[in-house]
Amino acid sequence: MTVTPGWYMALAAVLFLIGAAGLLLRRNALIMFMSIELMLNAVALTFVSAGRALGDLDGQVAVFFVLVVAAAEVVVGLAIIVAVFRRRASASVDDLDELRG
Amino acid sequence: MTVELVLFVIFALVAVAGALAVVFSRNPIYSAIGLLATMVSLAVFYVVQSAQFVAMVQIIVYAGAVLTLFLFVIMFIGVDQAEDTEERIPRQRALVAALVLIVLVGAGVLVLRDQWTWVPAAPATAEAPNGTVQAVSTVLFEEWVLAFEVTSLLLVVAAAGAIALAYFRPVRKRRSVEQ
Repeated sequence: MTVTPGWYMALAAVLFLIGAAGLLLRRNALIMFMSIELMLNAVALTFVSAGRALGDLDGQVAVFFVLVVAAAEVVVGLAIIVAVFRRRASASVDDLDELRG
Repeated sequence: MTVELVLFVIFALVAVAGALAVVFSRNPIYSAIGLLATMVSLAVFYVVQSAQFVAMVQIIVYAGAVLTLFLFVIMFIGVDQAEDTEERIPRQRALVAALVLIVLVGAGVLVLRDQWTWVPAAPATAEAPNGTVQAVSTVLFEEWVLAFEVTSLLLVVAAAGAIALAYFRPVRKRRSVEQ
């Protein structure tokens, strides 16, 4: 049996779905962030698999850019989580509902 | 080809198990370990698909830097933070379960009935591109050099933002005097 790029993309879809469910279910800001990372990873796997099927290196370059954006996003996001934690000693996103306008 | 099949089965199971651990474990440390398992299995998939540069970057940046940052923050915030399980949005869990089920069943039906092509424009004889550092950098610096330069701007802004967030302390006393 040959492993086609479709197999990897199906796996990536499952990982993305798990990450999306985690983002919707959990209230801990850190876990929500990890779920976002999971979804970004799934998309990266899709890029590499599609690039392999098309015989094109652009898929791997796209993964490179996804990685850079993910790294920048994690730096700022975790700084926000730490700043919020210093103020109210909680990492639950429900405690931030007073931010609503 | 059989090697790829064996690797795919093993590491697909590891990746899915890690992803489930991220979402469903009570302890954030276990979530981070699950995320590590998923990232390492994805790196294996990249090597198998001859994307060596991306695989190395995945290990160094994701499994190395990003996950270490996560663990730092978990240690800083504390691991035994009990998450409240009260549902603020009514029937939140049931809605998410229904959403996941709808997507899974819909995609499964499409794939099993052969009404789905994963990569529509793919030529049948396409060779997997060899993602060495040289090959990737040639494409990156010839076709995508503008995007690459914009990336550096993004990183500077992110670094400045993180420093600003960490630098400015909350000024509770002064504010209470003003009020």
